[in-house]
Amino acid sequence: MIWTPVILSLQVATLATLCALPLAVFVAYILARKRFWGHGLLNGLVHLPLVLPPVVTGYLLLVVFGRQGALGAVLYDWFGITLAFRWTGVALAAGIMGFPLMVRAIRLGFEAVDVGLEDAARTLGASNLRVFAQVTLPLIGPAMIAGAVLGFAKALGEFGATITFVAAIPGQTETIPSAIYAALQVPGQEDAVVWLVCISIALAMGALILSEWLTRRMVAR
Amino acid sequence: MIRVDVQKRLGDFTLNVQFDAPRGVTAIFGPSGSGKTSVINAIAGLMRPDSGSIALDDRVLFDSTQSVPVQGRKLGYVFQDARLFPHLSVSKNLTFGGRHDHEKVIDLLGLEGLLARKPAGLSGGEKQRVALGRALMSNPDMLLLDEPLAALDARRKQEVLPYLIRLRDNLNMPMVYVSHAMEEVTQLANHLVILADGCVVKHGPLGAVLADHASVAMLGARDAGAVIMAKVVGHDMEDQLTKVSFDGGRINLSGHVGTIGDAIRFRIPAHDIILAGAVPSQISARNVLPVTVTAIDASKDGVSVSLSAGQTPLLARITQASARDMNLTVGAKIFAIIKATAVAPTR
Repeated sequence: MIWTPVILSLQVATLATLCALPLAVFVAYILARKRFWGHGLLNGLVHLPLVLPPVVTGYLLLVVFGRQGALGAVLYDWFGITLAFRWTGVALAAGIMGFPLMVRAIRLGFEAVDVGLEDAARTLGASNLRVFAQVTLPLIGPAMIAGAVLGFAKALGEFGATITFVAAIPGQTETIPSAIYAALQVPGQEDAVVWLVCISIALAMGALILSEWLTRRMVAR
Repeated sequence: MIRVDVQKRLGDFTLNVQFDAPRGVTAIFGPSGSGKTSVINAIAGLMRPDSGSIALDDRVLFDSTQSVPVQGRKLGYVFQDARLFPHLSVSKNLTFGGRHDHEKVIDLLGLEGLLARKPAGLSGGEKQRVALGRALMSNPDMLLLDEPLAALDARRKQEVLPYLIRLRDNLNMPMVYVSHAMEEVTQLANHLVILADGCVVKHGPLGAVLADHASVAMLGARDAGAVIMAKVVGHDMEDQLTKVSFDGGRINLSGHVGTIGDAIRFRIPAHDIILAGAVPSQISARNVLPVTVTAIDASKDGVSVSLSAGQTPLLARITQASARDMNLTVGAKIFAIIKATAVAPTR
């Protein structure tokens, strides 16, 4: 079935983006606005998945989140959650690989916000939380959309870390890239490859157009 | 009444400012880099002083034991660059901090036609009026204005200044007004604080500070000169003159200004006053006021003569040669001659 990996990929990319976005906003805010001991370390850690070979990231995920892994054991014993070789694990791998891209885009957004506007809101009696929700957040809207689209596209295309962490079990953990790779290994599957490649391109273009449209709407509003 | 006593080190610059001012409009005047904005930011709570205290009436905003956060100070701040929220409409900007006197403020500032617009589509003068309205609707105990007209051209300035005068007169809103433009200061302020290099060099009631001969050195020869607060008593339609009266006598101003009974203020630059020992005859100047010399201060580039016309202090700058020839002494009764064209009231 051609559509099984497509649906799984969309599901995984959506979950990964939605879960990673709030955390990415938080980390981007800290990196852009706060100066503290360990700033450089946090920055490095966030960017690590961008520069490490994806297979290494996948291996580290397996070590940490596998059934016997440090966090994996805790998650299974306490909550009965298994990530390795499950679709939720695909989402975790995709989210982590897309995370640095999201943080980078959103951080630029925070750095572009005029701090004077936040001061002005404070002089009008707004609490720090209200300043963030009603002034800062709307102003970084376009950057947030850009970050989310980058993260979503990365999640759709993630291959190395995913296949190392959760393998490619058809119907469970086989995403579009894994399915293309698997189809290429077997003679006579060229049709499936072409279809999947076309769908990939269509999804990527769709995401870009959607983000462009949303950004324009935010700027115009 | 506001009391300010703040010390702050900012790199090489040291701010050390003490003054107190009665309710009304207090202008903080000084060249750029003299620390004006730092003072107003300390009052607003946007800058934390190293030491000192700030109090508004009997409410302590800052001292060694406490610092009220910006949000709790109830001070409206109008920034030089307006700082309207670009993602909100004018209407939403206005009510961001509250809806106090909503209709009245919209009416007073003439904002009705702007409500549905976005800040990006407003002119500089309109932006400042919206920023003023936004600050007023948050129901502040005092307005802080940081050079609100500095970014506007001369025509836009004249578009906003009357609104500020209206706020002062109709709402009785206390203000601290930072500026380096003497014209604005003389139109608005009751109290003047002159800053230089982070320190207060002089403060007191506007008229007294401006007429003080010591002010010449601080303000420069161009900005020195007294302010007269007068009432319009009549107009001369044929000659396009406005007759005004104050406790020192009557003066004719050129141009048709105000209506009878209006209070107006105008500045008489020190170098636009001519002194005479007797009532002169056959001269073109319309205004001859009997005055008393209260102080004489000679420096190498001229002589500053403090005068009083009734209770109103005036200041004249003359050359050393003139002062010698006239044989001026403190207490002498002489005459001050002011050209009608020399004064240009803005209201």
